[in-house]
Amino acid sequence: MTALRPDLRALDARDRGGPAQPLLLVHDLKKHFPTRGGGFFGARETVQAVDGVSFAVAKGTTLGIVGESGCGKSTTARLLLHLIEPDAGDIIFDGDAVGAPDGISVRDLRLQMQMVFQDSYSSLNPRATIGDIIAFGPRTAKRVSAGAARERADRLLEQVGLRPSLFARRYPHELSGGQRQRINIARALALEPRLVVLDEAVSALDKSVEAQILNLLADLRRDLGLTYLFISHDLNVVRHVSDRVVVMYLGRIVEAGEVAAIFRRPRHPYTQALLRAMPSMDPDRRTETPPLTGDPPNPINPPSGCRFRTRCAFAESVCERVSPRLDPIGGDHDVACHMMVPGSGHSRAVEQQAAND
Amino acid sequence: MINAPAIAVENLTVRFRQRDRTIHAVNGVSFSLARGEVLGILGESGSGKTVSLRALMRLLPAYCEIEGRIAIDGEDITAAPLSRLEELRGGRIAMIFQEPVTALDPVFTVGEQIAETIVRHEGITRREAWRRALDLFERVQIPSAKRRLAAYPHEMSGGMRQRAMIALALSCKPSVLLADEPTTALDVTVQIQILLLLRELQRELGMAVIFVTHDVGAAAEISDRLAVMYAGRFVETGSARDVLRKRAHPYTEGLLAANLHGAEPGARLTTIPGAPPNLAALPAGCSFMPRCAYALPACHDAPPPARSYGPSHVACCLRAAERLAVPA
Repeated sequence: MTALRPDLRALDARDRGGPAQPLLLVHDLKKHFPTRGGGFFGARETVQAVDGVSFAVAKGTTLGIVGESGCGKSTTARLLLHLIEPDAGDIIFDGDAVGAPDGISVRDLRLQMQMVFQDSYSSLNPRATIGDIIAFGPRTAKRVSAGAARERADRLLEQVGLRPSLFARRYPHELSGGQRQRINIARALALEPRLVVLDEAVSALDKSVEAQILNLLADLRRDLGLTYLFISHDLNVVRHVSDRVVVMYLGRIVEAGEVAAIFRRPRHPYTQALLRAMPSMDPDRRTETPPLTGDPPNPINPPSGCRFRTRCAFAESVCERVSPRLDPIGGDHDVACHMMVPGSGHSRAVEQQAAND
Repeated sequence: MINAPAIAVENLTVRFRQRDRTIHAVNGVSFSLARGEVLGILGESGSGKTVSLRALMRLLPAYCEIEGRIAIDGEDITAAPLSRLEELRGGRIAMIFQEPVTALDPVFTVGEQIAETIVRHEGITRREAWRRALDLFERVQIPSAKRRLAAYPHEMSGGMRQRAMIALALSCKPSVLLADEPTTALDVTVQIQILLLLRELQRELGMAVIFVTHDVGAAAEISDRLAVMYAGRFVETGSARDVLRKRAHPYTEGLLAANLHGAEPGARLTTIPGAPPNLAALPAGCSFMPRCAYALPACHDAPPPARSYGPSHVACCLRAAERLAVPA
């Protein structure tokens, strides 16, 4: 553990924007995928996977992104690392615009931002040993010598709770899912990133293993001064790990704010439904009516105006015409709902800007 | 037979014999379930829950060894010939799976698949069967049911496909419904709809349901009784209330803690150390002993016997009485 301390100082040396500069700023990120809908001769359609997403991640914190399948959370993660090219929008890493002439290059960004994927097996090279997998990044991207890279791999294995003597020479298929996910974390950390994107990183694991990995992630964040972007569909997990939460629905953010505020008093009807859909864990207080009916709509040709209106109990004509903006409602809490905007034309619109609560 | 339980299982054991080793997947599971009851089997991957479920339908490959007695509506099916099994499967005992995409036939419409099942089991006309299929689709709350009957599985969303599979399973009014993680692959808002639908249908039709899951929340929503499974054994069984609140077995306690049940956000989680045992080389004593914080020397010797700690509350732990005496 102490051996990694010099790296920690190096991390601090890379800080450019100062402590108040968000490590990651995303502004109006967009990605539309063209598809051919309705059979072979069907018209071209676009999946509006991510449609104008903005958020910030403060240094040393964890931002959780929640939402159901098709909401664009994984696409967002891939856009951040430029694993797919955004159509529009700005990504600003520690004050430097990614890809801009006077900003930070994608290559340099990836040295500071790494990702852990959900499928621990397909994200590891089956023909490489664990030691080589972890050492690969430092050797190629940072030109670290083979010996030094191996040493670093051993240290990282130790740090993620696996004995190097036992694991460095083994292959991914010889490991359990939890162990493989530890390897994926070690590999992500091998380049000493400042931000780690965890895309459903614990979703495929058994609950008892998931708890072990969550503890490990918390330790690493503290010891290495990391910042996390934690993407998950599991509200319990997001509540546990996050400082702030972003709720996405069909490619847009519907609500964002501090984790305690969102879970204590969700303001968007979708967030409210999502929280009420969580099983109660108490046989004496079972859920009696489902908070929502039907499946989330297809992100191809999403509803006009507010995208949630087709499943919303409070939808009115204004929701069909006007797309609600993500606006602050007091404190660190943003909601995109006409009911939260005075004079929006919705009959349940609040009288005035809601008080801080 | 009247008054026979819908399904009774005695000392079910399933072993997979391989060239150099034997996997002890299920090691002596017993339970009986009346019509109208829901048993939730809670366990992690490799605990033997899916194998148990498949053994009940005798859906396991021929090379595996099944011992014990399985009776459906009082009829012993342990040694039933294949022809009888084919009548029972889909007729008296039906199953729904985690992945409806792989469970449904991709080249037939869902309507054809349901109608075929009804014709096969009840010998009625296709037209009549098609009408029953329409009824079923309405019952599982599929909107525009008539149009959906003519859809192929890939044309439906995940939630709709799961509803279609439930309709297929219920098509011949089975007495026992086996559900293998039916809500795991679904989004939360869809998951709760399917859970409530299953609960409603189970009450209406008075079926016995065995609901296998790794998700404590889903199990708590639907189960009357719960069985916690570890290394091929039921380590604790009882009313859902007793199991979730009293947690007589240390594994139950660990599993619930790992589910972030009432955990302080950001706080360190209590985890179960280590990993489940290798099913080819189970410890002689309690299978959970190597990971257990409460283990005694006696736990090494023999698997702890099942003891009763209240009406229908049973746990296999030498220290259960002591653990229950201390209010949690």
